Amino acid sequence: MALETLIESLPSLFDGLVVTLLLTAFSIILGTALGVVLATGRSYASRPIAYLILIYEKILRGIPLLVLLFLIYFGLPQIGINMDPFTAAVVGLGLRSSAYQAQIYRGAINSIPEGQIHAAFSLGMNKLKAIRHVIIPQMLRLSIPGWSNEFTILLKDTSLAFGIGVIELMRQGRYIQVRDPDLILIVFLLIALIYFVMVFIANKTLRYIEKKYQMAGYQMEVHR
Amino acid sequence: MSMLEVKDIYKSYGDVQILKGVSFIMEKEETKVIIGPSGTGKSTLLRCINQLSPPDKGQIWLDGEEITNRKTNINKIREKIGFVFQDFNLFNHLTALRNVSIGLEKVKKIEKDAARKRAMQELTRVGLEAQVSQYPAQLSGGQKQRVGIARALAMDPDVILFDEPTSALDPELIGDVLDVMKSLCGKVAMLIVTHEMGFARNVANEIIFMEGGVIVEQGSPKEMFTNAKMKRTQEFLGRIGALYGEEETGG
Repeated sequence: MALETLIESLPSLFDGLVVTLLLTAFSIILGTALGVVLATGRSYASRPIAYLILIYEKILRGIPLLVLLFLIYFGLPQIGINMDPFTAAVVGLGLRSSAYQAQIYRGAINSIPEGQIHAAFSLGMNKLKAIRHVIIPQMLRLSIPGWSNEFTILLKDTSLAFGIGVIELMRQGRYIQVRDPDLILIVFLLIALIYFVMVFIANKTLRYIEKKYQMAGYQMEVHR
Repeated sequence: MSMLEVKDIYKSYGDVQILKGVSFIMEKEETKVIIGPSGTGKSTLLRCINQLSPPDKGQIWLDGEEITNRKTNINKIREKIGFVFQDFNLFNHLTALRNVSIGLEKVKKIEKDAARKRAMQELTRVGLEAQVSQYPAQLSGGQKQRVGIARALAMDPDVILFDEPTSALDPELIGDVLDVMKSLCGKVAMLIVTHEMGFARNVANEIIFMEGGVIVEQGSPKEMFTNAKMKRTQEFLGRIGALYGEEETGG
């Protein structure tokens, strides 16, 4: 009976959810770390390096994620680079996210007054210290809204890892559907709901963090 | 040997020549005030001294070390040159206390507790012991500038450069900042660009009058205000005096 199949399948959906969350976590960490480096490099490194970063960003923002995942998982083995599907998905999602996050951070850097870095230099900080202690902390605070947006996009886009065989939420849903094709509507509605709830919780949590780490002068409230 | 020697400094931005050969010397603990019309290169001169905008030509010596030499580690030199900005430039993400201690912690590598204790002392010195845990956005302009001065003082600099420190302040708040600066006279060398003539007159050991990228005249406040040699200096001081009244602020 369909309902029984569905109930029996719930644990597998849960397994898929765990994989989706792990994919999201690893990818956002990679994307954030790399994004911060790219953005500061683009703004403060020498011209050739800044230009290379620009090209990197343009390429990664210019190709569809599924194409990128296929290139990494199916393409790279041809030149001897082999990855399991999960790793390939983290690399693809993380790199793509880094390019978008770099944009977010660069916007934030551009809105930091030039005097901040002048003041840092005047205390005897070198460029690296000034970036680390003055620019990056302000940049991250200013980036929270953009980063929250990117986080939820990434969370939803982990579903594309389905395409290279990662057994995440979508793939588990597909297995259930194969077992009982009549469940297709209900299963994917359920999966849609799970994504929706995750995004909802993520947004609420990030909003809370944003408020908690808010400081005078950095409020981004709109006064109506 | 003087503490600070500025020799024949030239600086252009694009086609516009801002400084056209500026030279002067400063001794330890001296208070020198630079006055002159806007757009004369006074601020540019200060930025040349701490190399925020390195001069095109000329030399600057601090304690016998040529800081315009490319081989000099400019970061080490900047530890010895405090800078107080017109628009404060406090670190927006840090409390007043951390604004003052960050240089000690991250540049001088002083242990956190000691650095913050020192920062506390400097903030007390400028009368802000009650504001230590406030962020710049929570402070008034005058308080911000006093944090800026404390931040410079904490580094134990040889000289502090003040770039129009009161120009962005309400008239009411200017006095607090000038009082703090006056209290530093004779304790640390100060090179001050300002339009506060009363302050210049009462506090400076020497006044430099700049116009058109050169030093027109320099001398003691008494000489400059009562007995200036150059006609241009007389005109400038006369007009400023008429505008603001002789015994204005800082007196």
